[in-house]
Parts: sequence; structure tokens; C-alpha cells
Amino acid sequence: MLYIKCPYCGLRAQKEFSYGGDATVKRPNINEEVSSDDWDNFVYMRKSPRGKHIELWQHIAGCRQWIKVQRDTATHEIFQTAKVTEEIR
Amino acid sequence: MSQPFRLNKEGLINRNKKISFTFNGKKLFGYEGDTIASALIANGIHLVGRSFKYHRPRGFFGAGVEEPNAKLQVEFNGHSEPNVNATEMELVEGLSATSQNCWPSVNFDVGAINNFLKMFFPAGFYYKTFMWPKSFWYKIYEPFIRKAAGLGVASIEKDKERYEHKFEYCDLLVTGSGPSGLASAYAAAKNGAKVILAEDKPRFGGTLLTDDVSIDNLSGKDWAEKIITELKSMPNVTVKNRSQVFGYYDHNMLVMFERVSDHLEKKSKFTPRQRLWYIRAKETILSTGSIERPIVFGNNDTPGIFLSAAAKEYMKVYGVLVGKKPLIFTNNDSAYETALEFKKNNVEPIILDTREEHSSELIDEAKSKGIDIRFSHGVIVANGYKKVKSAKIGKLNKDKNSFEKTETVDCDCICVSGFWTPSVHLASQSGNKLKYEEKIDAFIPDKKKQHETSVGAANGSFTLEESLKHGFENGSNLSAKITETKTEISIPNVNEKKYGAHDKFWCMPLPKNENPKRFVDFQNDVSVSDIEIALREGYRSIEHVKRYTTLGMATDQGRTSNLNGLQLVSNIENKIVPEVGHTTFRPPFTPITIGTIVGREVGMEYMPTRKTPMHEWHEKNNAVFVDAGAWKRPRYYKQGNETLFEASKREAKNVRENVGICDVTTLGKIDIKGPDAAEFLNRVYTNAWMKLPVGKARYGLMLREDGIVMDDGTTTRISENHYHMTTTTAQAANVLSHLEYYLQIVWPELNVNVVSTTEQWAGAAIAGPKSRDMLSKLYPDLDVSNDAFPFMGYKEADFFGVPSRIFRISFSGELAYEINVKSDHGMFMWEKMMEVGKEFGNQPYGTEALSTLRIEMGHVAGPELDGRTIPSDVSLNGLVSKKKDFIGKNSLGREAFNVESRQKIVGLIPIDRKSSIPEGSHIVQDQNAKLPNPKLGHVSSSCWSVENNNPFSLAIMKDGKNMIGKKFFAVSPLKNKSIEVEVISSHYVDPEGKRVRS
Ligand SMILES: [Zn+2]
Repeated sequence: MLYIKCPYCGLRAQKEFSYGGDATVKRPNINEEVSSDDWDNFVYMRKSPRGKHIELWQHIAGCRQWIKVQRDTATHEIFQTAKVTEEIR
Repeated sequence: MSQPFRLNKEGLINRNKKISFTFNGKKLFGYEGDTIASALIANGIHLVGRSFKYHRPRGFFGAGVEEPNAKLQVEFNGHSEPNVNATEMELVEGLSATSQNCWPSVNFDVGAINNFLKMFFPAGFYYKTFMWPKSFWYKIYEPFIRKAAGLGVASIEKDKERYEHKFEYCDLLVTGSGPSGLASAYAAAKNGAKVILAEDKPRFGGTLLTDDVSIDNLSGKDWAEKIITELKSMPNVTVKNRSQVFGYYDHNMLVMFERVSDHLEKKSKFTPRQRLWYIRAKETILSTGSIERPIVFGNNDTPGIFLSAAAKEYMKVYGVLVGKKPLIFTNNDSAYETALEFKKNNVEPIILDTREEHSSELIDEAKSKGIDIRFSHGVIVANGYKKVKSAKIGKLNKDKNSFEKTETVDCDCICVSGFWTPSVHLASQSGNKLKYEEKIDAFIPDKKKQHETSVGAANGSFTLEESLKHGFENGSNLSAKITETKTEISIPNVNEKKYGAHDKFWCMPLPKNENPKRFVDFQNDVSVSDIEIALREGYRSIEHVKRYTTLGMATDQGRTSNLNGLQLVSNIENKIVPEVGHTTFRPPFTPITIGTIVGREVGMEYMPTRKTPMHEWHEKNNAVFVDAGAWKRPRYYKQGNETLFEASKREAKNVRENVGICDVTTLGKIDIKGPDAAEFLNRVYTNAWMKLPVGKARYGLMLREDGIVMDDGTTTRISENHYHMTTTTAQAANVLSHLEYYLQIVWPELNVNVVSTTEQWAGAAIAGPKSRDMLSKLYPDLDVSNDAFPFMGYKEADFFGVPSRIFRISFSGELAYEINVKSDHGMFMWEKMMEVGKEFGNQPYGTEALSTLRIEMGHVAGPELDGRTIPSDVSLNGLVSKKKDFIGKNSLGREAFNVESRQKIVGLIPIDRKSSIPEGSHIVQDQNAKLPNPKLGHVSSSCWSVENNNPFSLAIMKDGKNMIGKKFFAVSPLKNKSIEVEVISSHYVDPEGKRVRS
């Protein structure tokens, strides 16, 4: 079971979180024209890297904040966690 | 009742307490502190089971977790448990053990015929033979294999015991209380670290209990006792025996299985049987020790053949002799200690050493005691069927591939030692890639992957001095980093015997024309020839060889067989062992009970139960409940002998004719506040929200980004910047997360807050033509006229002294209102409504009637919003704004969503107006068409229309409304029904929606 450091609550067990997918995907702006290719890429296309992956988790049984987690998809090592307003590099 | 193999005084058992038990029906006794194995051996019993494939007689081989053979069916404390390791299970009064995998008895086993047919049971036998003909599998092969093979019998009784889970955090977890584990725990404890020390066995000390050593002038056993006593007295230390750390998971989470009370004769009602510990450790010391490696020879599975260290443990811990005429067969010095222990107890052993004549501290001591040592010798084959009677031994030639001479010697046990294999299972589970250490011919942990540090024998150091030093150093350094305190500890003086080098030799050759089975894996009956066949047939990867031969796949996980198997493969393939590699170690290290895994999550505790504030009223009034997620909702209120069908019809009819009330507390409720709330709702819902006035509700539809309908519900503007959203019961949690996602990540610029208020409000719907009359009685001061309080209106008013919210919304399609009060007042509200509603013929209605009402109105719900439908599929495209953007809008233009023939909602009635159409039925043109019959759609919801008094269904069907008037068949192979149906509008009752506005 992963041990995830919520930037608001500290280290908590994976049980308290739910997974939210790739954090680098950006939704096209509301009320702006978007090509159907760009839209389809946003809705359907996801990379599935082996290795470092920046992803969203929600601290669902805690502060309910969505957070960013940089995790190795093969080893589950977590390198960094951050608020969604912060950058992970 | 004598015990012929019990020594007079040796051992750590309590000779003052006799314990009686039975084995295969025979009454026997042992002592407190015995295992089933030690008590049986004391009684001279060695034949305890039959092997898996050939049904060969099997006895004990080890003295602990490494045991491959002695798995028994054990009954105690009202349990019957299969596959119990006799070498681990402690004796308790009244225990009864029986042999497994034998019929009719362990002494005469019909299946043993397999042993004589062994040429027909080579590696891959099952794969090859039972593949053909295919039709034979279910009827003939499979039942045969089931009967002939298999281990114990699982109980079909409900497990009455209590199991617990525990979560624990510590600075340092130490797994194993041998010398290196004790030293690590002690050093860390002295640094003030929070330490957990786990020991699998009942007694602490590991090899200190059996090795002839001294530490600071104390015997190993006394030193261990001294350290444990001190550790137990420290508040920062938890010391646990009978506790096996069996799994090493991500982020230093280890899981431990504690046998809390199986060894107790009496226990209190609330003492659990077993406990599962989830331990999050900052650092872990793996001091799991090592397991002795066997040497392979002919008939090496005969009862009476032991690992040499096990034989020593039986003498020193249990005061039991495994035999009185022992042969010690070894490739290293450690077995000499076993020989010396026999000698000390006046038993004369013969040592067969595969090495050439040489000298070492232990060899010299054995010589000086007059022990018969034969160098360059080994056991070729053991003789005796149910017990070893003699052995053919031989003098090996220089190349060790044939014999210079052979002879037969009498013996009643053979104690074998092929050097030591570090127990690297936990290290490997942690992700540590193991490395091969040539010096000890075994794998040891390589670079750390998590926070694990292997010490002592688990790390390949087999001397006490080194183990203690590693233990103290690592325990001290690892904990000092955490506690920032370092207490100096002087490493004690150690007195131990020096070992010479071992012989790299593990498999005895066979003399010409002799072909006894030489077993590598006892538990799965894998022999040398099976591995040879697998390689001959082209299997190269060790993982493939493992699966083809089943080497190392049984419950003992190949603890005694893995390395010998690898060595064999590497010899045949002419490779070195590290090139062959090793198979993967997976948790659990040792079998654990299902009860422990499940813990307290059984029955009512399986998941939380959510009850509405009116639950007790429903119970008292004969509600039959249905699960809606974790909620309990009344399905119907039973009157007399009513069936579900009759009751729901009555309740629904009463709503259509009079008035009914329904507990709608379970609907999801979300409070939305902030200056940008309207803008947010406008983006979340498909319809327009910017102009909703205060005091008005609106029905809203929300989509996922892929255009699929996510949920529907009403949202009410309570005040300028305050909205009250409702969701379906099922989607409440998802919708909240969805809203939080957009507010926190996508549009953080919107100043809006959302919070779930589902639990804060109790809700009741009053529906039916007389609901307005009833409302006016509930709120005498309120103008409830259609003009003053129109459809989709909202009011706040006093409900008999209690603040309440009134929404004029309808799910039933009737004139209806929904009233919310604070949860604490829910019961008060409900009872008041029942009382006031009497004169209007008010009756409560459950979810079944609720469904009937919404289905015949054509109001879609979960079965239609099934994650595949877009708004136009369910006739809700009127709610989709063309002017503004919203979540999922761009997806609605996708080509597949706009095909005319797309499956859309319709209504169905049976031609005979009588036959109910099963939900899930497929709609087909021709009920007799050849399979696969083209499917035109499916029936999503069915009811008995109380308005029209005949069955009615909603269906999602190709071409949708274009099909109205046509006839098809609704086919349910599951219910074995085929019903001719006519397609009609999905709005069967009040299609114009006049009633809700009346
Ligand atoms: Zn948090």
C-alpha cells in the first residue's frame, strides 16, 4: 500500500486517496473554439509511461483536495507531491 | 504411556504439564511447549502423510516453517483446519490431528499405486495427458485429479472465531529474534527508537537456542533471554512472538500474522484467534536467518530423513530424539554439531562427509569423542518404505560421479545437511534484486530498494560474531538517523566454533542400473528426472521449468528445493547458477488463514450501514428494505400477506389517486456557495443556469467530458450566491468529486465552494393529486396555491416549529413536493406527515412503487443512464443548450453520437397486455432466428403500469422513435421467456406533463 504525502495533511495511507489520472493533461478553455483533434486528444489520449508519471490523486477520506503526485509507475516510488497549483518538475 | 524417543531432561518444554491429543484416532500425549511434530516423534511416529502425486509415505523433514511434508488436518477449539504445519502448530489439550491426502488410511493408501506407475507420471504429465480428448476434461479427468490429489479439506462450517486487523507505525521493524535480530532491536531501542521485534516461533532466540555458543560468558539461550527481558521492559519496544512477517509491500508497509490464541487452552470471549498487523516502518531489519539445504539422494523422502539442524532442534528444544541409530550426511561442518549432540545423549552417530579427509575445530572434536566419520562418503539410497531401516552408502571417486565402493549400513534416521540458504523472501518482495554469492552458493540481497537492511544469516553471514556485529551496527545506525541519539554499546565477547569450507556438492549420482526417485521438491513430488525431462523437452527459462514441473510451487514455496533445483538446471545446462536466475518470491511467505485476511469485515461489519433518520419508523411499519449502496431504503411496506408485486401496485396506485409519502433522504445533496456559483453551474450542467431566480428550482443534466450522461437532479437557488444541488443516491460521491475536480484544477478562478450535505437533511416527498391539500394542512400559514407556489418553486417555512425547506419538484410525475428538515427532526417530520395525511388517504411508498411511477412517466434513471447514453438517446436533448459551452459539449458532435439509427429510448407494451417483460431482455425481430440473433436493443426498466393496468417497459432501441407502432420480440434466455411487444412512446402516462403543473 502506497504512502502518499498530502501537501495539506501529511503522510497518509493510499486507502484515503482515489486516483485521478494524468495531471499534465490540460482541458481546452471553456467558451473557446477547439479543433476536434485537440478535443479528442484531451478526452481519450493518454500516455502510459513506464517510469516517472505526474498524476492526480484526491484525498477523498481526508481534506478532499486534489493533489499532484510524481510516481514511478513501475516501482511505485513517489518522488514528489504538490498542491495542484504548484509545479512538479 | 511411555515416550520411547523422549530424552530424560533436555529441552525447553514444560515436563510438569502433560497434554493429551490424538493422531489418526490414537490417543497420545506430549508436553506443554511441544509442537504436534515433536510430540509425535517423541512417541516414535514418523509416517504422517502421503505425497501429493505418488502418494509415497512421508514423515517430518524440518522443525519449523521449512517443513515440506507434515501437513495435517487438525481439529481444535471447534475448528477443522487443513494443511496445518505439524512442525509449527503447538500442542493444545484435546487437539486431534489426522493425515491428509490418503485413502483409506495413511498406512494403506490406494493412491500409492501411482508410485508403481511413476513412469506414467513424468513432468508435465497433467498437461500432456489430460489435454485430449477435450470432452473428457470435465467428466473424467478433472474429478479424478480432484479426488486423487489435493491436500486437506476446508471446513464448510461458519468460522465462529474473531479475527482482528491492527495498524501500527514504528521506527524500526525487526523480523526475527535470532542473534542479529536481537542485537539490532537492542541497539535501536537504546537509541530511543520505536521498535517492533517480531518472532515467528513461540520462543525468542532463533539459533541461540540450539547452537553451542556463549556470549559474554552466558549460554546463547541465557543471553537471548536477558536481552528479551530488557527489551520487554522498555516502553518504546513491542516484542511479539508467534508472529510471522509474511509480506513486504510498497513504501515500507509490512504485514504480519500473529497467532494470538491458538495455543491457549482457554481464552476470553473477546480474544481474537489471529491478528493481522499492517506495519508502516521507517526502517526494516530483515534478520530472517537461513534454512538448511538438503542433499539429493535416492528415496530421500523416506520417513526418518531430517534436515540435520532440525534433528538438533528436536533434541535441544523438545528433548526428543529423531532416531537412535543416526546417519549424518553432510557437505559441511554444521552437521557435526548435530552429531555431537547425539553423542552427548549417548547415541552413536555415523558421519558421512562428502569432503575429502581434512581437519577443522568441529571435525577434530568429533574425532576426539570417538565418532565414526567417513570422508568422501555419501548416502546413495535410503531403504525402508514407511521408515528408514538402512542406507546404501558409497565412497565417492575423485570426480564425485561414481563410487569406489558401496555398502549397506543399518540406521533409523538420516540427518542431512547441504549447507545454508539465506531466507531472502522478504528482501526479494521489497523489490531487492538478489545477487548470487559464490562463497555460500546462494542468493543474498543486493542494493536496497526500500528501507530494508538484511543482517546475519539472512545476509549470508553465518558466524555469530559477524551476525551480532552487523546487528548492533545496523540497528544503531539506522535508528540514530531517526532519533538523532546514539548510545554506545560495547559488542559482547563471543565464543563459537569455527567452521571449515563446505563442499559444492548437492546431488548424489546413481550407481549403474539403479533408478530410485531422487526428490528435489518434496511437497510437489518433483524429482531429478522430472527436471531433466523438462530441459530435454526444451524448457529453458527457470520460470517455465518451475511451472512445467511444479518445482517450488507448493505451500512451502520451495524453501528447501529452490536452490537444489537451480543447481541441477545449471549443471545440466552447463551454466552457473546466477545465469539460470531464480524464480520470483511472492507474499505470503507462509500460508495464512482467510479469516485473518478478512478480519472483522464480515456480516454486518462488511461495510457501513447508512440509515435515514426515519429508519425506525419504517422498521416498525413492516418495511422490507433494499440496499442502495450502503443505504437501507424501504422497498415496500408489507400489509398482511402481500407480495412485493401487490404491495408496490397498491402504493403506486395510491399516489396516482390520493397521496403518498416517500423517504428521499438518501438523495445526494450538495451545498454550493460563492459569487461564481451560477457560472459554475452553467458550465457543469447542459442547460442554462445564469437566469434562475432566487426561490426557484431547475432540473439539470450533467455530462462527462466524453458526452455521456453522468447524473441528473434538481438544483435550487436558495439565495443570491447559494444553491442546493441534488444528485441520484448512487452518484452522490462521484458528483462531489467531479465538482471538486473542476473547481480545484480546471477553473480555480471561480469563487465557489461545494460541500456534501446529504447527511444533514432528512427528506420526504409527498406526491399525488391530494398533496396540495395535505401541504396546506402541514403549513396552515403558507399560500400553497398554484400561483403562489408554482411547479419548480421553492419556499422556506416553519414546520410545526421546525425550520424546513419546501421544493415543488416531482419524480413521480404527479403534483408533488419535497420537504427537507434537519436530520434530527426527520422522524418528527415523518410522523407528523403520517398523522396529518390520514384524512387524505396518505400511505408511505417504497422504492418499488417509486420506480413504477417514474417508469410509466418515462422519466429516466440509473438503468437508462448506464454510462453509454448521451442526452438525445434518452430524449433529454431539450435540456442541451446550443448557445453556451459546458462540460462534455464538444463530444456531442462526434459522428457516432449523431447517427439516426442510434439506440434511443422507447416504451414497450406486451401484445397480450399481460406478460411482464424481464429487465435485460433483448429485442429481436425474429424470435426463432439462427444465433447469433441480431439484437436491436435491450429492455432497461420494467413495471406494471398502475395507470393502464398492464405491463410497461422502457427500452433502449435502434432507430428509437422511428420504431413506434412496430412489433418485435423481447427475449430473455435467462428467464426462458419470449414476449411479443409493441413499441410505443416512452411517456406512457401524462405525456404533456400536465399533472406536475396542476
Ligand atoms: Zn489531505
